[in-house]
Amino acid sequence: MEWEVVIGCEIHTQLATKSKIFSGAATAYGAAPNTQACAVDLGLPGVLPVLNKEAVRMAVKFGLAVDAEIGKRSVFARKNYFYPDLPKGYQISQFELPIVGQGKLAIELEEGSSKTIGITRAHLEEDAGKSLHEDFHGMTGIDLNRAGTPLLEIVSDPDMRSGAEASAYMRKIHSIVTYLGICDGNLQEGSFRCDVNISMRPKGQEEFGTRAEIKNLNSFRFVERAVEYEMERQIAILESGGKVVQETRLYDPDRDETRSMRSKEEANDYRYFPDPDLLPVVVTDEFIEAVRATLPELPDAKRQRYIGELALSEKDAAGLTAANATADYFEALLAASGCEAKLCANWVMGELSAALNRDGLAIEASPVSAAQLGGLLQRIADNTLSGKLAKEVFEAMWQGEGSADAIIEQKGLKQITDSGAIEAIIDEVIAGNAAQVAGYRAAEPEKRGKMIGFFVGQVMKASQGKANPGQVNQLLKSRLDALL
Amino acid sequence: MHTKTIAELAAGLKAGEFTSEELTKAFLERIKAHDGRLNSYITVTGELALAQARAADARIAAGTAGPLTGVPIAHKDIFCTDGVRTSCASRMLDPFIAPYDATVVRRFKEAGVVMLGKTNMDEFAMGSSNETSFYGPVKNPWDLKAVPGGSSGGSAAAVAARLAPGATGTDTGGSIRQPAALCGITGLKPTYGRVSRYGMIAFASSLDQAGPMARTAEDCALLLGVMAGFDERDSTSVERDVPDYSAGLNNDLKGLKIGLPKEYFGEGLEAAVASTIEAAIEEYKKLGAEVVAISLPNTHLAVPTYYVVAPAECSSNLSRMDGVRFGHRCENPKDLEDLYKRSRGEGFGAEVKRRIMVGTYALSSGYYDAYYLKAQQLRQLISNDFKKAFEQVDVIMGPTTPTPAFNLGEKADDPVAMYLADIYTIAVNLAGLPGMSVPAGLVNGRPVGLQIIGNYFDEARLLNVAHKYQQATDWHSRDPEGFN
Repeated sequence: MEWEVVIGCEIHTQLATKSKIFSGAATAYGAAPNTQACAVDLGLPGVLPVLNKEAVRMAVKFGLAVDAEIGKRSVFARKNYFYPDLPKGYQISQFELPIVGQGKLAIELEEGSSKTIGITRAHLEEDAGKSLHEDFHGMTGIDLNRAGTPLLEIVSDPDMRSGAEASAYMRKIHSIVTYLGICDGNLQEGSFRCDVNISMRPKGQEEFGTRAEIKNLNSFRFVERAVEYEMERQIAILESGGKVVQETRLYDPDRDETRSMRSKEEANDYRYFPDPDLLPVVVTDEFIEAVRATLPELPDAKRQRYIGELALSEKDAAGLTAANATADYFEALLAASGCEAKLCANWVMGELSAALNRDGLAIEASPVSAAQLGGLLQRIADNTLSGKLAKEVFEAMWQGEGSADAIIEQKGLKQITDSGAIEAIIDEVIAGNAAQVAGYRAAEPEKRGKMIGFFVGQVMKASQGKANPGQVNQLLKSRLDALL
Repeated sequence: MHTKTIAELAAGLKAGEFTSEELTKAFLERIKAHDGRLNSYITVTGELALAQARAADARIAAGTAGPLTGVPIAHKDIFCTDGVRTSCASRMLDPFIAPYDATVVRRFKEAGVVMLGKTNMDEFAMGSSNETSFYGPVKNPWDLKAVPGGSSGGSAAAVAARLAPGATGTDTGGSIRQPAALCGITGLKPTYGRVSRYGMIAFASSLDQAGPMARTAEDCALLLGVMAGFDERDSTSVERDVPDYSAGLNNDLKGLKIGLPKEYFGEGLEAAVASTIEAAIEEYKKLGAEVVAISLPNTHLAVPTYYVVAPAECSSNLSRMDGVRFGHRCENPKDLEDLYKRSRGEGFGAEVKRRIMVGTYALSSGYYDAYYLKAQQLRQLISNDFKKAFEQVDVIMGPTTPTPAFNLGEKADDPVAMYLADIYTIAVNLAGLPGMSVPAGLVNGRPVGLQIIGNYFDEARLLNVAHKYQQATDWHSRDPEGFN
């Protein structure tokens, strides 16, 4: 039987507010346990939540970016359950009336096609604290620093049909929330995590199969891998006549498999009801328009502009616009260097990306700024540097040795473009390689093109790589041909 | 000194007739001498009170005193008080020393008002007789065999026995007005949102409201002036100017339209209470008021509606009492479930458990629509009754309770009979209106209260209406025998 996978995602994005969603405590990551939890976060008797308006503004911003209906009147509800890292015994979330309603976005797939994925809703809620099971000798430690951190939970329609689509969707949401500046997008610190619902059905069947939910995936690759593993697992169960159990599972990246997690919701009835401590959130048209006015250029529009105005390829444009920081760097480089877009794109996507990856750095932390790199590209454009020399200069810049010009000066890396100087080197090479010259002369004319490479190599070597390769080629050819 | 009203004490302090320290000492001595018979205080903060009194005297001497600086009062033990046990009369919070002041407590502190101690109450404010307190029942100073009412029974008994010139209370379904009536004092439940709930341990968040309890309406006006006002820490508090509640106390009542709902004078109302209330109405007629017969047709729905809404909210509000971060924790828990079950099982009394169970049931999936949602709809009907009535009348009057104080133990085993005794007070909370109880007579030596209900934020009128009655009668200034 041919199977079809049906995938829906719930993405938790931590909003980049300075303080928590219902208290004034700071949200910064990495503080000593329980130092960023005030009386409200601790759920002490008598405390009350007060909504952080910035979180509402950010949620609305997201809604507008995905063409969603904005809930003019949204309601916070209590989701009741007991857990030690949930201080009040309930999580304040939104249930029946979320701040963001139905929306949509387009994802780009490998083969260059695109697909629209529906967004069911997005709602505001508070995060819980953390239970720490290590270092407490049979006891559990509770860190409530994270308790009350604002989250926007973005729920997709079950529109994805492969692991690649799920991963592309997650990337796209990641790209949008970081473009909007509403989430730092840090996957390692848990600022952006994805729960994936996966079910299988015979191709052609409309009814959904029973789904499993894979919780807390914090990497695009893991989403794809987890879906693929889960598809195989479910198909194997179904084909052997079994039934998929509706459950929560965890993906183990070390073993590349999903495992059943003892599900706490099985026995839970969350007893949702509107939180009487908070008034309904009323969003006016004026507020929505004011937020709309602050929307930046979003990835899709930017990509189209790069293709249309800057004549970049689809691939370059997609790569440069995937993350806002990359696009910002690229545009700064374009402005600083005054060079062609294609040259700038090649360097950002090529040398710079490779160096960042190698050293595990984000582009914001690049040791070579866009202005510095611009200085280098200018020397390429004016033929001071060959491609090879430019890489050498870039590496020196990366090590903090100064500006491109300073490095060129200091290392004497200036390209030799003086024809007389190049011809002098060519003369030496021809004189020193009589056998090869004889071979060239004897060869069939169509083979000579290839043979010239040897001489170019010798000239470049003799010039320590500084001779302009274009000129070397041209001058060598006329000199050798003159010997025929 | 102890027989003086707050207004008289404030004038005496200002005139230098006595110091706050002398006054505070006098009340601490009275508490020591008489509270053994009443049990109206859970905690007496003698040292702290004297320190506050001396600071108040310094302010008076320096000329920086406010109108109530140096006056001592007591706080219901539901208000968090920094550094002082805040028990809510529960074993659960017996070990809880609040690390912060409730907004109401802070406002009194800033006004230079001295705190004598924390008064007894029904556990978590759940009860109408003060018999559910972990610290034992409070006795009614008018008759030690009788209950003082609840849940603010300690505050009412302390004021009635002159163990405090005034006290704070909270009212969720009548918890200020009913004990005020049963103890022969004056109590005011303000409009929902008038007084901040921050730091007031929540019973039912959409109904709870703090208010003053004192001997006279004039004193209640002074206390409310300190308590009322917007608080940015309570999203349900209302941003609205606080009027000078003392300014209009003597306004003429000529032409005042008093609505008498027929439902408040029907079956279940004890005849002697009915005639006491009728006599009070006659007094108002003499003051120039007009009486209008009105109907609040949904009155019979108030008790059942309340006993869905209040338990539902309390079941969630009390979830934070889980033995994890503060309060009672069982000995040697085996595991997490054992910790929850035994800590809560041991920490809560029977009435609290009953309401948590009722509320949990009402909110559970499959029952939510039939109970909680339905109750919210009925709540609207009840509010509409009042809305219509206030189109015709300025205030509504009736008995606060159907009978005078019942005997200790009389209704302890019959929760439904106990609940029904709140029939006249509960609807006011469901509608969020302000209401008062004013001493109007004695039946067999036990006080009877006249309830005056006003329109939203019409506290100043209620105080005026009560004050004029107290100028014409002396029920409010009688002392219970044995405590004069």
